[in-house]
Amino acid sequence: MKLSLTEEQEMLKKAARDFLADKCPKSFVREMEASDTGHSPELWQDMAELGWIGLAFPEEYGGGGMRFLDLAVLLEEMGRACLPGPFFSTVVLGGLTILDVGSEEQKQEYLPAAIRGERILTAALYEAGLRSFNASPPTVEATFDGGDYLIRGTKLFVPDAHISDHLLCVASTKPEHGIAVFAVDAGSPGVSCSPLSTIGGDKLFEVEFDAVRVPGTNLLAQTDGGRRVVQKMVQRAAVARCCEMVGNMQRVLEMTVDYAKERKQFDRPIGSFQVIQHYCAEMATDVDGARFCAYRAAWMLSQGLPCTSEAAIAKVWTGEASRRVIDRAHQIHGAIAVTTEHDLHFHTRRAKAAELMFGDADLHRETIAIEMGL
Amino acid sequence: MDFGFTEEQNRFRQEVRGFLEEEIRKGYWQPACDAWIQGFDPAFTRRVSEKGWIGMIWPKEYGGQGRSHTDRLILTEEMLRYGAPAACHWFADRQVGGAILSFGSDELKSEFLPRIARGEAYFGLGMSEPGAGSDLASLQTRAVEDGDYYVLNGQKTWTSCAYFAHYFDVYARTDPDAPKHRGISEFIVDATSPGLSRIPMTDITGTEAWSDLFFDNVRVHKKYLIGEKNRGFYQVLHQLDYERSGLERIMGNYPLFEAVVQFCRESGLSRDPLVRGKLAQLQVEFEVGRLLGYRVTSVMEEGRTPNWESAMSKAYSTEFEKRLANVALEILGPYGQLMPESRLVPLRGMAPHSYLGSKGYSLQAGTTEILRNVLATRGLGLPGA
Repeated sequence: MKLSLTEEQEMLKKAARDFLADKCPKSFVREMEASDTGHSPELWQDMAELGWIGLAFPEEYGGGGMRFLDLAVLLEEMGRACLPGPFFSTVVLGGLTILDVGSEEQKQEYLPAAIRGERILTAALYEAGLRSFNASPPTVEATFDGGDYLIRGTKLFVPDAHISDHLLCVASTKPEHGIAVFAVDAGSPGVSCSPLSTIGGDKLFEVEFDAVRVPGTNLLAQTDGGRRVVQKMVQRAAVARCCEMVGNMQRVLEMTVDYAKERKQFDRPIGSFQVIQHYCAEMATDVDGARFCAYRAAWMLSQGLPCTSEAAIAKVWTGEASRRVIDRAHQIHGAIAVTTEHDLHFHTRRAKAAELMFGDADLHRETIAIEMGL
Repeated sequence: MDFGFTEEQNRFRQEVRGFLEEEIRKGYWQPACDAWIQGFDPAFTRRVSEKGWIGMIWPKEYGGQGRSHTDRLILTEEMLRYGAPAACHWFADRQVGGAILSFGSDELKSEFLPRIARGEAYFGLGMSEPGAGSDLASLQTRAVEDGDYYVLNGQKTWTSCAYFAHYFDVYARTDPDAPKHRGISEFIVDATSPGLSRIPMTDITGTEAWSDLFFDNVRVHKKYLIGEKNRGFYQVLHQLDYERSGLERIMGNYPLFEAVVQFCRESGLSRDPLVRGKLAQLQVEFEVGRLLGYRVTSVMEEGRTPNWESAMSKAYSTEFEKRLANVALEILGPYGQLMPESRLVPLRGMAPHSYLGSKGYSLQAGTTEILRNVLATRGLGLPGA
């Protein structure tokens, strides 16, 4: 047991922080939020060349051969910087799912190109009313039709669908009545995306599949194992998002402590008042709690250990703790930080969006209750 | 980061569990809340010492086993999980032994550490005074030199385990003219010393949890000064970092947590979504506290003294324990008010006992407010108030 980063991870963290401080200042985040694509191909190529996209993939696909736990370090720094763009979609939702369940041909088809920064991936998980991923089968249907499947239906909250080359679509198969994951070419006739305006400022889409013809060879997961695959996708996404949130919260804490040291009222830095000190102490506790439960879940995923409860614990704590941290940060910063001139709002909006995605606290508490044998 | 334990550590955990389960099976004791601080059981302490589990992190030359902080974490975690009556040796094992080892003379180390490890020397603490709580440096108990002795006069309070301790670790003022935190020294005082008297206090649960200690010309030989004269305040800060370093506060009421979850499973209350949500939330908070506690051990394994890290862990965990007791009472409804000795009492009355007891958790070993000061100034670098 060692709850600090390894030397290698510290190096990765520092490199990522330096790079993002340079390439992803808040002015860039602001610009990306305002743009239609929310994506900079130039930055994407830089990240591919740094080996970030392939970090957690085996070397045989052009990856760095590192672990999910190392990716967690990178995700934390990305969350800290509020990095826009399709990294999470491509790596966490798309790439790692293909690595997990794809055939060798499918891995060769998608992974090296994605790792080189030439293809963007995402996943279409959510549907209208689909709060839990376990309760009912997807309404999007894939009907077997002469060696192909015809996919019909509407997916929601699909990140970066507009710039993705392939969407991993979760659908109910007919006539088998199974659940399957298909790699759908985003350029296929019948695929259409309409943007949603979101609190987080990230690019989420409604994606309609209008009898989209997908070759049978694009079926990723066995139909009978599909539900398990989806659970794993959501679990991994939840943990990865927690890691981003840890970075987000850590940055908010630092901004707030720095501000409390500088800002003077009553002729003293406000950080010398015990009320402010105790707020900051509680924030630090929330952040460290989030870090350890997020990294523990990431460690367990890396080790291939089952972590249903640990992943859920991370998501519950991280979501609720980030909300408390952000509330305190706003209170300490005062009115300046409820303007868009100040940078705090980027963190505030992303934290709330993260809380709502891949299962909110209530949903994950129910998972924990089941794991407790209740 | 590595959240795993080695094979050897896992085996050790199994060994500890096996030992404790055997103890319970033989009917030696029942799992109880707060047993680490209130469970007086010299025979248990002797059996633990025979396993080499008291002072296990100390060097072998002083009766220790040279084991790691992680091994001690595993041992104490399991003791707390099973609610084992470890109060006789807990303070000496956790902090006084370490203080003697860090600051004491070779003579003191040889005199006390092997006896603590054999389960023969129990310690209590003489820190707080009626006028010196959070502002510990303002303590007024005096120690005046007289030949080869110091003569102690004054009063200590909130001393746990006082009625069975053989020795007290006492802080007294040796230089009244120096700034207040530079005139304090640390002594080992024999509990049978003439002039030393103990008067018990009954806490809110009805337990004689603490005592006042009165010092009336108590003579202490100079060789029982720990460390340097007038450096006692720095030594006590160091000791407090260790006092707060364990899992006592997140797990001190673990038997209640386990019992209430079991009760909900068996009674069918667990089908109620509100109950499910509450217990799951406790599980989240419990796990976060355990990880904050593990981090403290990880810091010690790196050879550092945990400071704000233990403050964070303790401040967090006492709040958890308050919520645990309260949730248990909410679930029990009107039965929650039944005290341990009552007819019809559920869960052996642990819930109301824990609810009342938890009012003190956030006061002892540093109030939550003092701990947040430590975390804000030492951990986050905010300016002193």
